[in-house]
Formats: sequence, structure tokens, C-alpha cells
Amino acid sequence: MSAHADTHDAHDDHHHKETFITKYIFSIDHKMIAKQYLITGTIMGVIGVIMSLMMRMQIAWPEEPNVIFEALLGKWAPDGVMDADIYLALVTIHGTIMVFFVLTAGLSGTFSNLLIPLQIGARDMASGFLNMVSYWLFFISSVIMVSSFFVEAGPAAAGWTIYPPLSALPMAQGGSGMGMTLWLVAMAIFIASSLLGSLNYVVTVINLRTKGMSMTRLPLTIWAFFVTAIIGIVSFPVLLSAALLLIMDRSFGTSFFLSDIFIQGEVLHYQGGSPVLFEHLFWFLGHPEVYIVILPAMGLVSEIMATNSRKPIFGYRAMITSILAIAFLSTIVWGHHMFISGMNPFLGSVFTFTTLLIAIPSAVKAFNWITTIWKGNIQMNTAMLFSIGFVSTFITGGLTGIILGDSALDINVHDTYFVIAHFHLVMGISALYGMFAGIYHWYPKMFGRMLNKKLGYIHFWITAVCAYGVFFPMHFIGMAGLPRRYYTNSNFPLFDDLADTNQIITIFALVGGVAQLIYLWNFFSSIFYGKKAVQNPWRSTTLEWTTPVKHIHGNWPGEIPHVYRWSYDYSKPGHDDDFVMQNVPLKEGEEELQH
Amino acid sequence: MNTTVATTGTEGKTWGGGNDPLKASYGKMMMWFFIVSDALTFSAFLAAYGFSRFKFIDSWPIADEVFTHVPFFHGNYPMIYVAFMTFILIMSSVTMVLAVDAGHHLNKKKVTWYMFLTVIGGIIFVGSQAWEWNTFIKGEYGAVQTNGGNILQFGEYKTVEGEQKFERVAIADFAKVAHSERTQHESKSGLWFVSEGTLPEYSIDEVYKGLVANENILIRNQIINEHGHKTILSREESLKQLKSDGKAVVHGANLKVNEYGSPLFADFFFFITGFHGFHVLSGVVLNVIVFFNVIIGTYERRKSYEMVEKVGLYWHFVDLVWVFVFTFFYLV
Repeated sequence: MSAHADTHDAHDDHHHKETFITKYIFSIDHKMIAKQYLITGTIMGVIGVIMSLMMRMQIAWPEEPNVIFEALLGKWAPDGVMDADIYLALVTIHGTIMVFFVLTAGLSGTFSNLLIPLQIGARDMASGFLNMVSYWLFFISSVIMVSSFFVEAGPAAAGWTIYPPLSALPMAQGGSGMGMTLWLVAMAIFIASSLLGSLNYVVTVINLRTKGMSMTRLPLTIWAFFVTAIIGIVSFPVLLSAALLLIMDRSFGTSFFLSDIFIQGEVLHYQGGSPVLFEHLFWFLGHPEVYIVILPAMGLVSEIMATNSRKPIFGYRAMITSILAIAFLSTIVWGHHMFISGMNPFLGSVFTFTTLLIAIPSAVKAFNWITTIWKGNIQMNTAMLFSIGFVSTFITGGLTGIILGDSALDINVHDTYFVIAHFHLVMGISALYGMFAGIYHWYPKMFGRMLNKKLGYIHFWITAVCAYGVFFPMHFIGMAGLPRRYYTNSNFPLFDDLADTNQIITIFALVGGVAQLIYLWNFFSSIFYGKKAVQNPWRSTTLEWTTPVKHIHGNWPGEIPHVYRWSYDYSKPGHDDDFVMQNVPLKEGEEELQH
Repeated sequence: MNTTVATTGTEGKTWGGGNDPLKASYGKMMMWFFIVSDALTFSAFLAAYGFSRFKFIDSWPIADEVFTHVPFFHGNYPMIYVAFMTFILIMSSVTMVLAVDAGHHLNKKKVTWYMFLTVIGGIIFVGSQAWEWNTFIKGEYGAVQTNGGNILQFGEYKTVEGEQKFERVAIADFAKVAHSERTQHESKSGLWFVSEGTLPEYSIDEVYKGLVANENILIRNQIINEHGHKTILSREESLKQLKSDGKAVVHGANLKVNEYGSPLFADFFFFITGFHGFHVLSGVVLNVIVFFNVIIGTYERRKSYEMVEKVGLYWHFVDLVWVFVFTFFYLV
């Protein structure tokens, strides 16, 4: 219970005999839980990517037999031709898995767990037990989500936004039955997991910072995780509310989201409800969710860019302010997802205004990253490359956000591939780059070994070229009017001209997808055969690099280090090294940098 | 590293690290943040309720006409019983405060006593809610649902203390003139038995005949007029509307129909009070666990009654939510 476990406790801890089960499975150590999150997230990521590749192949070569479909989809691809229903299911589950299971739990879960105690100087999370429960709930929820592929009528197919009535009427389509139920159950468990995790992160940051670690000495990673957790606490419960009301509509005959519906000539009893109500509730979570995805990546990138430019981060306080501003604004912009839902157009203009305001803190961050590396002594390692890639895709995707955030412009490209290109670049690829950057940077801390740099370079360059190769042309086919979520476009002569572009996109996607095998090989083989890591391989200033390479319970063998300076003392004049760690006291006469 | 003389530069600062800046243990803070999260869940429900109610602002049921019952009493006592429930719940919050305070003084006897009272208060509230649901589900006078989804209620003008008042008449009281028992199909009555839903007690035809036979009875529909009352139709209109639009007799309320008006009223009432009731029930269970821990002296040995404080936070939150639910469902 005490905020600071005595050093005695820490010593006692690693004298305990650990069994395989307490060490690797039901571990309460935050470093192990972080690895569990990462591995589970990686597996879910592989599943999600395979789904997207199958969708791309269907779009490029519509309704052509494909051995891969036959092998992976079985009865849903008779003679190798993909069924239209399963295409919708792939769209749905790909979105759900990538947004929630990879980029929320996989990213936040991994790095919040790994870095919060290490960087603020704590022995562990405030509650190791709840942390373990949080991971296992996430695991159960992942299993349930994937298991929906094995029910008779297939998984949920209403899109990751599960709008009613497709999601509310069990007879509406194949995936609306058992598949939808499993989706809702998985998400309810996921929300519980996310809540427990977030409670832990917030409370740990507030109560367990070591002596001297004031809020304005925290690394930006911690600020990002802290604010992300708060957004999660505020927005996920609203999705829970929407899901519960939806379950009532599905199973108990209420009319919250349903009104005046005929199915096969029969009038259903539903009366008075409104699907727009569901959209409001969903997007009240849905929009903050994209910041839950991107903020941790931003935090990781800030840290990695400062370290590898050997320069203090530019505008530390501006960075914190913009994180807070983004967090606040994220809760008042949800209506920009609903411009054509029938919402009052005046409301649309209000949401346009608040949405465009987000450009300000986002631009502050983008410029601060650029000025951080400006004239820096740049170390071009893999983590740095992915960080630069992050800034690039974030700016590219962010610019189209200005178009989509404006209701007058959005209506023209609504529900086209333009939208797909926008959000994949700005939150999908960007957050994934942030995650890769984090993995390449903190892999030595996680596994005590280094990732192979050459393979890392190859991985980055193929990924970077392919990501733009996939999503850049999508802007154009989107502006040409190609709608998203269509199983095939061959029925519309108007889109015949776009077939070549679609094939090129698919080829880029396939190459990019296969290139991830390089990363997977690098990741798993380096656990066993990687070069042994030194204590502080990137010559970084933060506290996690003062812990021993081999993991111990309680993180530091002796006392927890105290903190005497902020986390970005790079290339400070008057020091021999170009970095000063946070636990080094100020020299006689040395001033702490104004930041 | 010269740690003996070095100062971190943040000594004495609240957020300087190495202390509890909010003067709260992690457990208490987690409870607070959980409450924030749960508050958002309830906010979403209440916002959805507001959204739906606003959509039917001109025909939403009037709570004073729905919740008029008090156990063991006949007659029209709008809001009396729910006021009693609310009072009990708020009193249980008071006893919870007293328990927490006694805990600060490590007074086991008083904590036990006040926790006991809190549990009793919670049980009375949940029980009352069950009764309230039961009454609402049973309904009282019955009404006719129209093809357009409206509700037609019946009543007649009576002179009470010199004033003309519209008083409701139960369908059973006037429709029975023409009532002939129609037996429900049962498995024994035929080989080709197909089960049918429960038969409404009266058919539209019977209600219509009853209305024709009772010349005083008028129909009230769910449209709210400029005086804030539901519209009462004239005799001719009443007969015409029942004849042309009547679809089925409904009695009481459930998730699909509601004799008091819009089915959404019943949907939200059952869901939100149910969700709140589930919270109260979990609170009672937590309180009982803590109560027994107090009795066996767990916190006495720990020299800290913080657990009482934590469940206390939850209990106050549940009470606060009820204040909002009560306001939005019963008062406005």
C-alpha cells in the first residue's frame, strides 16, 4: 500500500522462488505484462494484416478464384471465390482488431506498462494484481473476437462502427446473429480490461513518481500515456453504454435505436427509437479513440527524436499543452463523423469549427518535432527512421483531415476511399510507425538484446515505400468517387478506369505485408540470438536505462534513484558527455535548464 | 554520485515526486477514477434518454399520472412512494458518512451499527424498486394502442368538490358489458396447436361496444396540449378514433408496449432504473462484505477503516446518480 516500497521489500522480492506460471503467465510484474501485451498485440496484428491483404486481393481481382481464399476462408470462398458476406465481415473485424486490439491494447498496453514504472522511478504499478487482471481480460476478449470466425453464420459484418439496424436486428444479415453477439461480448470485456489498465496508469503516475520527479520533469512518453489513460476512462464507458442499449434492442425487444422497420413484408414492433442516437454515443467514444491510438505514439516519437538528435525536445511545455489541448478537443468533435447522418446542419458547422481547432495543437507538435531534429546530431537508427516516418505520415494524413473535417468538403468524399486513405495514414500507419519505433528503441530494455539494425533498415524502407504506395493513390480513387466497403466495383462501368490503380495498390499492400515477416523474424530470433545489450545503448537520459539489463522484480537492486533534472539534458554545455541522466545531481553552479 | 548533499530542487513541492500529491492512497484514487468512468456511463444513458424524450416532447407520458401508487393504500398519490424511497436512500448515505467518521476514530461498535443501518437502507430501496417495477408492469386502467403507435386512455368527467375533473376508468369496468370469454388455444384443444401469445383480456370490438354503451366515457390521447395536459377528445371523436385506429388493448408496461404512452418511456425507465438498481445491489453486497469484515475485526487489526471509506465513496456515488435519475424521470 505504501507508495514507496522499502528497499527491503525489493530485496525480498527477488529472493522469492518463482515458478514458470507466476513468472511467465500470471505475472504481476509490469515488465512481463508489457511483453504479454506486445506478443498478443503482435498476433492480433498479423491476423488483422492478413485480413486486409485478402480484402485488397478481392478488390484488385474481383471474384476471381484464389487459392489463398480457399485455404483461409474455407466455406466462405467456394472454389476460391470470396463470398460477399465474408468481405463485409473482414472489413468489420480488420477494423476492430487494428483499432482496439493492436493500436489500443497492443500499443498503450505494452508501452504504458513497460515505461510508466521505469521512467517515473517506481518499483511496479500501483496494483500489480489489477494489472494482471487487465491483461487477462484483454486476452480473453481477443480470443472471443477471433472465435467469431468459427460460428456458423460468420462474424459481425456491420462495420467496426456497428451501426444499427444491421447490428441491432439479429435477422438483418448473416453476421448480425451470433457473430454480433460475440463482438459485443468481446468489446464489453475489452472495455473492462482497458478501464483497469487506465486506472492503474493514472494512479501510478500521480502517486508513485520518485523523489524529484515533478510533473515538468516527466518524459513526454509519460505525459502521453497519462493523458491517454484519462481519455480512456472518460470515453470507453460511453461505448459500454451504447453496447448495453444495443444488447437490449437485440435481445429484449426495446426500441432505443430502432423505429418503423419492415422485414420481408412483416412490420416489426419497434417504435420511436433512433439510429442517430447510436451514432452519437458511438462517436463520443470513437473520436477520442483515435487519440487514444495516436497519443502514445506521439509520446514515444518525442522521446526517440530527442534522444537520437542529441538535442533537448523543442518546446517541452508546448508539447504538454498540446497533448492536453488535443485530449480536451477530442471530446467535442465527434459530430464530424456524422455530417450526412441527418444531423442538424448547424450542428455540423459547430463540429467543423471544433474539428479544425485540433489542427492547432497538432501543428504545434509537428513543428516541434521538426525543430527538435533541426541541426541535431542525428543518429539514423531504425527507431529514428520510424519516428521520422511517423511525422511524415502524420502530416500527410493530417492535411486531408482538414478537408474531411469541413462539412462542406466532407460531403463530397464521404464514405469513399479518400476517407480510408486519410485515417489509415494519420492514425493507422502513424500509430504503427510509433509502435515500431518504440519496439526498436526499447527492445533492449524488454529482452536484454539488440534488434538487427540491417534488417531494421530493410523493414523500414520497404514498409515506408509500400505504405505510401498503398494509401497515396487511394486519395485519387476516393476523389473519383469509389465508395469504401464495396465488395466489388465491377458492376459500375464508371469505376472501370480505376481497376489498374486498385491492382497497383494491392501489389504494394502485398509487398508491404510480406515485408513484415522480416520484422517478425528479426523480433523473434533476436530474443535468443540478438547482440547482448549494454545498459544504456542509446545514451539516453531517462531512468529506465539506470536499471540492470537483466530484469529484476522491483526494477532497481538498491534504492530508487532520485531525480535532479528534466529528461532532456542532451548536449548540455559544461558536461563531458552529450547527455546527462536524470539521476545525476546538478554540478556546483549548474543551473537547471529553463523548459 | 553525491546523494547526501544533493537536493532534487523539488523539496516541499506538492507535485515534486516522492509523495502522494492528492493525499490519497492509490486504492482510494482508483475508486475516484472508477466513479468518473461510471458517471460517464450513466451520463450516456441519461443523455440518450434526453435525446429520445426530446423527440417526443409533445407526447411524453406525464410522470404524475404514472407513478401514483403507494403499497397498502388505494387512491391517487403521485410521487409519494418514490419520495419515500429517495428519502431512505439519502438517509443510508447519512449513516454511511457516520460509519466512515466512526472508522476514523477506530470505533468498531459504531462502525458496525452504522454499516448495518446502511445495508438495511439499501435493501429497503432495492425492495421498493422491485415493487415499483411490479406496479408499473401490472398497470392499472389499461389502454388501447392505435395503428400509428399512439395510446388511447379512457375516463370520464366527475364533479369533485365543485370542480370538473377527468378521472380514469379502467377498461375492465366498461368493456365487460359485451365481454364474452374467448378461450385461449391450448395443446389439448387441437392436434394442430400453434401456441399464441397471451390473449389480451378484451378485444377492440368489446372495448368499442363498451364505449358505445357508456355515454360518459371519453378518450384521452397522448398529445400534450398548451396547458400541459393530455388532450381529451369529444364523444364523437372518441368513438371515431377507437373505431378507425384501435389496434390492441394493452395493460401495464413492458419493453414493447406501454399503457401510459411511448414505449421508449418504459424502455428507458426499466433500463436506467434497472442499471441503477444493479449498482445499488452491488453496493449492498459490498457493504455486507465490509460489514462482516468489521465484525470479525479485519480493519481493527489493520488499524485503518479505509475500506469503509472506499465503499462509502461508491455508495455516495450511487445515491448521487439516483438523485439525477429521480429528477429526470419523476420530477421534470
